[in-house]
Amino acid sequence: MADAANQIPDRIPINLVVNGVRHTLDLVPWTTLLDALRDHLELTGTKKGCDHGQCGACTVLIDGRRVNSCLTLAVMKDGAEITTIEGLAKDLTLHPLQQAFIDHDAFQCGYCTPGQICSAAGLLAEGRARDADEIRELMSGNLCRCGAYPNIVAAIQQAMGRP
Amino acid sequence: MKAYVGTPTSRVDGRAKVTGAAKYAGEFPADGLLHGFVVESTIPRGRIARLDASDALQVKGVVDVLTHAHRPPLADNDDAWKDEVAPEKGSPFRPLYDDRIRFNGQPIALVVADDWETAKFAATRVRVEYDREAFATDLESEHGKAGKVDRPHKPRGDAAAALAGAAVRHQADYVLPTEHHNPMELYATTVVRDGSGRLTVHDKTQGVQNVHKYLCGVFNKRPDDLRVVSPYVGGAFGSGLRPQYQVVLAVLAALELKRSVRVVLTRQQMYGLGYRPMTIERVALGAKPDGTLDAVTHEATAVTSRYEDFSRNDTGWAEQLYKSPNSLFSHKLVDLDVSTPCDMRAPGAASGVCALECAMDELAVALKLDPIELRLKCYSDRDQSEDLPYTSKQLRECYARGAEAFGWSRRNPAPRSMRNGKELVGWGMATGVWEALQMPVAVRIVLTSNGHAEVSCAASDIGTGTYTIVAQVAADALGLPIENIDVKLADSTLPQAPVEGGSWMAASAAHAVLGAAEDIRQELARLAKAIPASPLGGVDAPDVILVDGAIAKAGDKARAVSIADAMRHGKLERIEKQKLNHFAEDRSHARNTHSAVFAEVKVDEELGVIRVTRVVSAVAAGRILNTKTGRSQIMGGVVWGIGMALHEETVMDHRFGRIMNANIAEYHIPVNADVHDIDVIFVDEPDDRINQLGVKGIGEIGIVGVPAAIANAVYHATGKRIRRFPITLDKLLD
Repeated sequence: MADAANQIPDRIPINLVVNGVRHTLDLVPWTTLLDALRDHLELTGTKKGCDHGQCGACTVLIDGRRVNSCLTLAVMKDGAEITTIEGLAKDLTLHPLQQAFIDHDAFQCGYCTPGQICSAAGLLAEGRARDADEIRELMSGNLCRCGAYPNIVAAIQQAMGRP
Repeated sequence: MKAYVGTPTSRVDGRAKVTGAAKYAGEFPADGLLHGFVVESTIPRGRIARLDASDALQVKGVVDVLTHAHRPPLADNDDAWKDEVAPEKGSPFRPLYDDRIRFNGQPIALVVADDWETAKFAATRVRVEYDREAFATDLESEHGKAGKVDRPHKPRGDAAAALAGAAVRHQADYVLPTEHHNPMELYATTVVRDGSGRLTVHDKTQGVQNVHKYLCGVFNKRPDDLRVVSPYVGGAFGSGLRPQYQVVLAVLAALELKRSVRVVLTRQQMYGLGYRPMTIERVALGAKPDGTLDAVTHEATAVTSRYEDFSRNDTGWAEQLYKSPNSLFSHKLVDLDVSTPCDMRAPGAASGVCALECAMDELAVALKLDPIELRLKCYSDRDQSEDLPYTSKQLRECYARGAEAFGWSRRNPAPRSMRNGKELVGWGMATGVWEALQMPVAVRIVLTSNGHAEVSCAASDIGTGTYTIVAQVAADALGLPIENIDVKLADSTLPQAPVEGGSWMAASAAHAVLGAAEDIRQELARLAKAIPASPLGGVDAPDVILVDGAIAKAGDKARAVSIADAMRHGKLERIEKQKLNHFAEDRSHARNTHSAVFAEVKVDEELGVIRVTRVVSAVAAGRILNTKTGRSQIMGGVVWGIGMALHEETVMDHRFGRIMNANIAEYHIPVNADVHDIDVIFVDEPDDRINQLGVKGIGEIGIVGVPAAIANAVYHATGKRIRRFPITLDKLLD
């Protein structure tokens, strides 16, 4: 007889609408939204950089708001609309932020990039950033070890349509 | 058609990276994939007395728990475990090899389960008991036990006597802490096993062929038994030069269980990998009253592990850079119960030049000389250590252009003399220097008759832009639009390349492309001239160029044959050429890149908060292949320099020999709000001696000198000289 302390909790059925597509998943309650996306839906565009809400690489949009998916249990988001980096381009046309990131060379290794772009999309929707200083402050939850920050700010400014 | 080389061409892998399509090592799928989770040691030294996995094995979904006592065979000799960049002296670490604990955070078991969450949970159920042994992890308390590194330094004159007799002297210790690379991507390996047992190893590495050879040695495999690929690497900065232990564990599990296996380390576990070693840099300078140097001495004392001697060139920069008739250099290591350090962006130089350039600033203050003027007094057009001329050295121009862009002439030299409201303003500068290295690389080009070319090489692109510069050089050499070039990298079955490091890949890969493209040109010239009534009839092969998708006479593009026509007449669908490029050995000149870095800091006088508000980096690095990605490389190096100056420090609790800030919230790296204006200037530096394109490489030079420029600016702002890095506000308020 197995020790109760060695037992895995029961799975819970949930629905997630990811990039407009509805998915039904049976998940152990400790599964994060990040792992649900990467391991269960094979949407690996959303990145894991720390699993502790420290780096922002896992940023996705939940009902339009930017959220660290590693700090979000998937079962808490039953029925939510989630947008990941894979859902930003429309057909073959890149989202203005995606194009701006290419134009301004706002990445090098590319690993923080999906989180940066999703975070920037959330930032634009919030309408709080008016200048470069505010962008810098409000994008500081997204680390970039390659040090592309000035180019990230320039890319977001391009997408905002203001210097 | 315009040339691509030298232009601000956007990254050819950009679309894949902004859409999430780029797949990194831990993201490749496989049928029946198993997931491994590492259990680490919680003591720094001793033996595993008992490791009980029975509870973990009870967890539903757990397949196995691998340990030193339960695993397939591993090589039993150091030669097999030595990868191409392993330290010469020592025995490389062998994961799950025996019961010995050599450092805290050492992997001691791998829990393998059907999914990652289960493996992670079950790992908490593994019980370990240790026989503990006495240990030491503190460089400063063990300083007296340092042993000398055997490195050829050439002492000049009598440095001790010259120092003692110098009119003006400065001597100090600069303490650089341990730093961890913290690439954004977690270290990961996905081993995909096919039906015949052949393994495709998707690994996070800077060198797929290095990992391939290493795995063949460690597991006694033939080259065809496995293949290592790594098309995208989420940053590495030196941490992926040597094979990391997760690749061994993933292959070990795949062999034992005959399944596909993924192992991803946690951020915390990555602090058990390599790091920039803590170093105490002792620099002494003696000068005449006019600022010319009489004596330079530099002694570096750094951490290494007990099982390998890792050291880099910390002191050679002082030896090379400035004129001084008397000099003495030495490097020492202290063996501690820690994992082996490894290369981290500009290894040796980032630390050694930081100390040297802080010391030069202190000397300039003592001499009442402008810091640039002091450096010009000691300027040398020859490498001082080897007494050789440089292939090119435009450092003078870096000082001039950088100073002009920064507005250096408006600097009031007195500390605490510049202010902006309640903030003290400081301006500091420093010199940067790195080597211009180049290595043998092979490239294969397959040209098809529709005017498309596939260019392939085992080299990695760790974010450095290798895909893009290879495409640019190939497009120019083949006379094709860049959209027609498809670059394939980072597969161990592709043509030979070394690890991507030391800033050598741009020059090395670019010239390999040129070599293979030249063979293509000759073949196309032959085909074009063989066409009946060829417009190129009578044109000598050397006068035939590839341009606008055609084969043409140089200087007379009207005389041309399209690639399609030439290949059709030659009855060829494709032309394949592979060439290994060797650079001619030439010891007659020194090869280096240089920079002049200028930094502005603003320091809140009451709170001690330091902001780096402006940095100008003027870089002389030969020809810049891509001014867009090149500027980003230097900018990234500057951001690293800001981190080194103000933020980064791995903190060890020496009572337990354990890192206290093994995460990226408490190990501080610069965030967006920490980085303001960075102005990158590429100084024109023609160099027709170093190589055909005049390329030197820029991966490292961007960081070198930046920490010193910032430290010197902090001194200028506050009048406080902080020699123990990072410069945190508590040190200013002391």
